[in-house]
Amino acid sequence: MTASIEPTPTAAEARKTARQMRRFDNPWLNPKLFWGAGLLLGIVALGILGRIFWDPDLVFTGSAMLKLPPVGFENLRGQAGTLANPLGTDGGGRDVLALLIIGAPNSLFVGVLASLIGMGLGIFLGFTAGFVGGRTDDVIRVLSDVMITIPPLLILVVFQSAFGDVSLTMMAFLIAGFVWQSPTRLIRAQVLSMRESGYVQMARLSGASTFHIMFREMLPNLVPYLFGSFIANVTTSIVTAVGLEVLGLGPQRIPTLGRTIYEAINAGALIQNLWWWWGIPTALLAVMFIGLLLINLGLDEVSNPRLRKLS
Amino acid sequence: MGQIPASYLMNRLVTLSLTVFIAATLIWIIPRLSPVDPADIMLGRMAAGAGSVANSEEILAQLRANFGLDDPLILQYLKYLWNTLTFNFGLSTASFPTPVSSLIAAALPWTLGLMILSLVITFVIGNLLGALMVWERSPKLVKVAIPAAMVFTSIPPILSGLLLMWIFSAKLRWFPLTGAYGLTVEPGWSWDFVQSVLYHGFLPAMSIVIVTFGFWALGMRGLMITVQGEDYTKLAEAKGLKPRYILYKYMIRNAILPQITAFALKIGLLVAGQVLVERIFAYNGMGKLLYDAILDQDFPVIQGVSFVIILMTALAVFVVDLVYPLIDPRIRHERVSA
Repeated sequence: MTASIEPTPTAAEARKTARQMRRFDNPWLNPKLFWGAGLLLGIVALGILGRIFWDPDLVFTGSAMLKLPPVGFENLRGQAGTLANPLGTDGGGRDVLALLIIGAPNSLFVGVLASLIGMGLGIFLGFTAGFVGGRTDDVIRVLSDVMITIPPLLILVVFQSAFGDVSLTMMAFLIAGFVWQSPTRLIRAQVLSMRESGYVQMARLSGASTFHIMFREMLPNLVPYLFGSFIANVTTSIVTAVGLEVLGLGPQRIPTLGRTIYEAINAGALIQNLWWWWGIPTALLAVMFIGLLLINLGLDEVSNPRLRKLS
Repeated sequence: MGQIPASYLMNRLVTLSLTVFIAATLIWIIPRLSPVDPADIMLGRMAAGAGSVANSEEILAQLRANFGLDDPLILQYLKYLWNTLTFNFGLSTASFPTPVSSLIAAALPWTLGLMILSLVITFVIGNLLGALMVWERSPKLVKVAIPAAMVFTSIPPILSGLLLMWIFSAKLRWFPLTGAYGLTVEPGWSWDFVQSVLYHGFLPAMSIVIVTFGFWALGMRGLMITVQGEDYTKLAEAKGLKPRYILYKYMIRNAILPQITAFALKIGLLVAGQVLVERIFAYNGMGKLLYDAILDQDFPVIQGVSFVIILMTALAVFVVDLVYPLIDPRIRHERVSA
């Protein structure tokens, strides 16, 4: 049977497809990728421009009146919001806008740093497992299988409640110990399948070094997957960091979004209707996660052309 | 229905026991690296309660002996491993002399109940919506509305929990703000109690559901696209089977299997997310127990809770790994374990 089941496209449909093909000629020119990156860049810009145009000293306790509402709202004491604290103040008199300016980049920093370290470890272990094989492979595979089931939050809860205050960098390093597994597994699987592929055999036959094969021949093919795994790990790391902060375990002296939420819940901000105190940091975190999700969806479409047809 | 070969079972068992062993070891080592002395904390608590403590040196020595802190480290470690495996986590220091295991036993059913409830709801809704996104015959609205709702899925449940709590508990007062059951009802198998539990559990469960269903929907969408192009689907269409029948029996049935393994990888994060949801809702589960223990620096409880949750996660992954080949005859164990 040779008859095709697909209907033959009409001329108009063919033109439409051709237009779409041209527009998405370069798979990296993906709208989701753009929007996601835009949201994250917006947060970075908030951190940078905020430090220039707004007074970061307003994050200190008692730098303004307590529990002031944002501009255009009134709090329970009947005070109206003023431009001095456009997003209101928290229960300790800290300016919410300044908290965001200092806190949001901190969360992003922890996520990116932890994920970068995890990615480095993952690339190293994945290639080692795939190339060396044998015992080494067994150990790395079992270890990553084991570590992927352990929720980082619970080990880190034990750690941080034993050690008390930790710095942001320390927290990133700790989280990195739990985000190397997925890149490791990904790379190992790909290396095992690519090892036998034609172009790698070719490179080997022409005398290329193992190093050259790994990083010049194989790694470029893995870029979309690795990038996807990286973004997913950034999300996991930020979720873990925020989780620790909400349990009151993050850095104690640096303002973070999670810690702000922790203080708001403890002070009963929900019942007192101080929505700006917890709501604005929550909204900003949500924007951050949505940005990361969009990037990840975009990357999926870059690496899996079948998904592109749908959007 | 396939049979589970011994080698595969062994492989999974080794992973399970290694997970438990590594988690237990980490939980043991970490507090010992810290300068904080549990006996000191206990004494501090006594001093804070009573104003002053007579014979503090003797009490300190006695406490250290009771906690076994005078033994050589290796002996302490072996004892600890044995105790942990037998679920003997010692006594809580904050609510002394309650054994940690009984605190956990009281909290665990709440956590498990909430988890199973929210998981089942999410699994059904998520997979169905994901399938509908791909299905040609689903209404236009579905194809537009679901991707929009998907935006929520990237948000950790603690944030959605805060939002739901504010809208439905603080503002509208439709649901209670905190707790797992009403103060006026007697715990037991009465209709009042069940009603109260469901009423209190609704918001925590929903805050997990609205942020996790998209994970399933997204995965299902990807799998459905693959299934859609398969020959057997086209054959079923050519045979003139009802579209709805094809959707359920041909497409969803084949696409749903990999979703179950995806779940195994995700369960750790789900559990951690739920712990935080329980904390903000002051739900009587493990999350609240953990949070209270952190506030009180109650190490035996922190360690016990962390261990039990990790054990639960590892067991769930183990079960999924074992069940998966049974429901998908296409999986050959030899290849999985290789």
